[in-house]
Amino acid sequence: MNEGLVTTAYLVSGILFVLSLGGLSKQETARKGNLYGILGMALAILATFFSGQVENFKLLIPLMLGGAVIGAVLAKRVEMTSMPELVAILHSFVGAAAVLVGLSSFLDPGHALMAGNDKFIHEIEILLGVFIGGVTFTGSVIAFGKLRGSLSGKPILLPARHVLNLGMVGASIWWGSQFLQQGHDPAWVSLLIVMAISFVLGVHLIVAIGGADMPVVVSMLNSYSGWAAAAAGFMLKNDLLIITGALVGSSGAILSYIMCKAMNRSLANVIFGGFGTSSGSSPGAGSEVEGSITETSADEVAEELKEAKEVMIVPGYGMAVAQAQHVVKDITETLRAKDVNVRFGIHPVAGRLPGHMNVLLAEANVPYDIVFEMDEINDDLPDVDLLLVVGANDIVNPSALEDSSSPIAGMPVIEAWKAKSVVALKRSMAAGYSGVENPLYFKNNTDMLFGDAKDTLSAVYSAL
Amino acid sequence: MIIGIPKEIFSGERRVAVAPENIEKFRKIGYEVLVEANAGSEARLPDVSYKSAGATISSEAKEVWAKADLILKVRPPSEEEVSLLKEGATLISFIQPAQNEELVKSLAARKINVIAMDCVPRISRAQSMDALSSMANVAGYRAMVEAAHEFGRFFTGQITAAGKVPPAKVLVIGAGVAGLAAIGTARNMGAIVRAFDTRPAVKEEVKSLGAEFLGLDFEEDGAGSGGYAKVMSKEFIEAEMKLFAEQAAEVDVIVTTAMIPGKKAPILITEEMVKSMKEGSVVVDLAAEGGGNCELTESGAAKRVHGVTILGYSDLPSRLPTQSSRLFGNNLTKLLQLLGGPADFSIDFEDEILRGATVAKDGEVTWPPPEAELSQQPAKPKADPEPASEISDSKGYSFFSPGIIFGVLAVILFALGWKGENEFLDQLTVFVLACFVGYMVVWNVTPALHTPLMSVTNAISGIIVIGGMLFVTGAEPWTDTKSILSGVAIFLATINVAGGFLVTQRMLKMFRKE
Repeated sequence: MNEGLVTTAYLVSGILFVLSLGGLSKQETARKGNLYGILGMALAILATFFSGQVENFKLLIPLMLGGAVIGAVLAKRVEMTSMPELVAILHSFVGAAAVLVGLSSFLDPGHALMAGNDKFIHEIEILLGVFIGGVTFTGSVIAFGKLRGSLSGKPILLPARHVLNLGMVGASIWWGSQFLQQGHDPAWVSLLIVMAISFVLGVHLIVAIGGADMPVVVSMLNSYSGWAAAAAGFMLKNDLLIITGALVGSSGAILSYIMCKAMNRSLANVIFGGFGTSSGSSPGAGSEVEGSITETSADEVAEELKEAKEVMIVPGYGMAVAQAQHVVKDITETLRAKDVNVRFGIHPVAGRLPGHMNVLLAEANVPYDIVFEMDEINDDLPDVDLLLVVGANDIVNPSALEDSSSPIAGMPVIEAWKAKSVVALKRSMAAGYSGVENPLYFKNNTDMLFGDAKDTLSAVYSAL
Repeated sequence: MIIGIPKEIFSGERRVAVAPENIEKFRKIGYEVLVEANAGSEARLPDVSYKSAGATISSEAKEVWAKADLILKVRPPSEEEVSLLKEGATLISFIQPAQNEELVKSLAARKINVIAMDCVPRISRAQSMDALSSMANVAGYRAMVEAAHEFGRFFTGQITAAGKVPPAKVLVIGAGVAGLAAIGTARNMGAIVRAFDTRPAVKEEVKSLGAEFLGLDFEEDGAGSGGYAKVMSKEFIEAEMKLFAEQAAEVDVIVTTAMIPGKKAPILITEEMVKSMKEGSVVVDLAAEGGGNCELTESGAAKRVHGVTILGYSDLPSRLPTQSSRLFGNNLTKLLQLLGGPADFSIDFEDEILRGATVAKDGEVTWPPPEAELSQQPAKPKADPEPASEISDSKGYSFFSPGIIFGVLAVILFALGWKGENEFLDQLTVFVLACFVGYMVVWNVTPALHTPLMSVTNAISGIIVIGGMLFVTGAEPWTDTKSILSGVAIFLATINVAGGFLVTQRMLKMFRKE
């Protein structure tokens, strides 16, 4: 295949990727979007195969088939509740691949032949690719650990961590400048040192971020993995890689930005971590919660559900943990069969992954047209007879609006307390991730139903 | 600790303080419950139901009074009942300490702790214990039922084979809890309802129930403290009376609920007005016990004057005994939860509700409570959240502000252009353009699709596989570090490509529409 044809193929697959992302922004076109993505990828890989630059099929084909099979198995096996983990670990693969490609690029004989400005720019590209890739790799591994629960979700804050971060970046720049000046062999060592520093930096950056900020972190790492791919594109002078990397990078950045806006926090605040602990005051000190808690039982909730005409369900991470989405769906079906209008209210940062709740509800076969975003339903809440809060906390906390001293002040929340009555399902009275007391539970129209969401909801369902 | 529930002995009183379902809750907190035989029989709550809820039934009133540490009652106790009380016991019931000073003194003398249900402060937190409101609600409903019973026609308008029936017109004066309940009931029966209140703030509540709000062309807000209206100026009252006189001639039923705490109820319906009413009309005076809003009201009785039936029943809640008892019992249950179980029972004067409601404690009369600002409306949150979010909005925006990004990019591009690095510049152009395309395409994504979008972009970023493919070279790649590294990269990236696309497909398949 001649070079022109390869370029054309790359252009087409670039366009297909753009169409893919565009398609994914609407429910109706989402599936087509995914198909475009697959086509684009297939075209890109085939074009590379036949471009004449690839020499060794004996090794390539088994490697790619192996990878594809493992990927397919992962995709098939993964529980919808553990989607966040899967996405995180996949990001780490891209990061690792970017590091490896960067190293290979340096070792490639083609690199040694370069001279002058070309060599200089190429080496900077290699450095960037390895550095970004390294941060993405270890950062994603840590995010994966936090999401799986094998690492604590609490932010781990080393003293002077900002100085530490800056120091690491500074060290990377110093070793990087050494790398640029040195001959081939010492430069290789410098490159490995930069890689090592980037690994440590990735770990350090992500351990400082708390569990509930993971939606932002995951989409940020998504963005990083895009930038890493783009850096690889620069090294290889491959436009397709540049385009794709830039697409992924910017889409990830925008997603993170949207998430941050939903929490009313700046990106910097999330990235540099330590939320809720940096103020030094004890959590929730700003507000004294008055009132008492009313406990209810599954039977009473079932009774209330039977009598309600408008029911709203606000799910949170607790639903994912308890795997309660199927019971929730069964309850929904039963009620809808009785002409009760059941709707779902989803907060943009509910769960541990952007759109996490939507995916879980979709898995349980809840039709997406009864699932609404926070802004769509907040005005309707006064008409809601019964609002069920399933394992959500901070996203329904009235302090965000009422108490300016609260750490979550100003964060848009689902105004659950406006519903005629509220039942909050919760494992215990422990405060939410942000460490803030939730006055919602003390309101007169709120009843608490304690226990694992799946068990309690199953009891409610059988009582229905 | 034993809770005692005696039968109400006041003549005509059919309520009982506690319903069987409350007993279970008391027992859950750890109380034993002793119920006098037939305590709930008038309210259609038989002894059996109390027994099965776990209460002990005692046929002796004296036993209940003497054994109980905590007496729950509806009406204030009689002198005889006071003498039966165990010293140091606690009594919770309606007391009306303003009218019953002697009673409170004699209770205090016997070292009885007394909590008056009618003195529970009317603050938001205490709403669930506000028995006055729950009784007023019942009274308002029952008032309309009584009126419908006396009224000789349908409330609702109908067109039947036997002729057309006009709907009844109802005027409700005072849109407090009772007034609103009356309005709702009348609306449900199909009547045309008008309502008047001196507090313009209740206009919306009246309208939400489907009634017409009669306003005066007069600037004066009648909102007083504690959810009651205050006494109005003379001019206002004149305008108001004129309105009532006009309405009286027109409407079929008038329900009055105007009461001002501690004062005689104001006369709103004069004999003249009653005379102007149509034959067969009905007036229900909910303020009968406080002197009546109608000049002709006789407290506790029904009478017919000038062809108009005037109902002055003062026992309306008791006329719906099952409902009233249940609601009163629920109010008591909430109050008891505030007081604590037998282990930690205490009347905590730090608590605003308990301080307000307690009229006697440890032998001392503690009524009236020290002045405190008891507003019904909670203070408005001081911080307005809107400006706060706007500020941080603009902060977040500046980070991404296109202007700044453009500026930085322009500087970089110019710097590079200066150096004349053409190939790199080309690539950078492609890169920047792709960033903007990504920005434009992704900006409007539906939040529900965040996860699929992320897994697709994740799959797409596996494009790095191409980079790896270009570096696996040589006849025996496994002997060459570079090729091995690239091989691993290819392997990882393909996992990503396949996994990402397939999992997205799986997710998208689940999204369905009805």
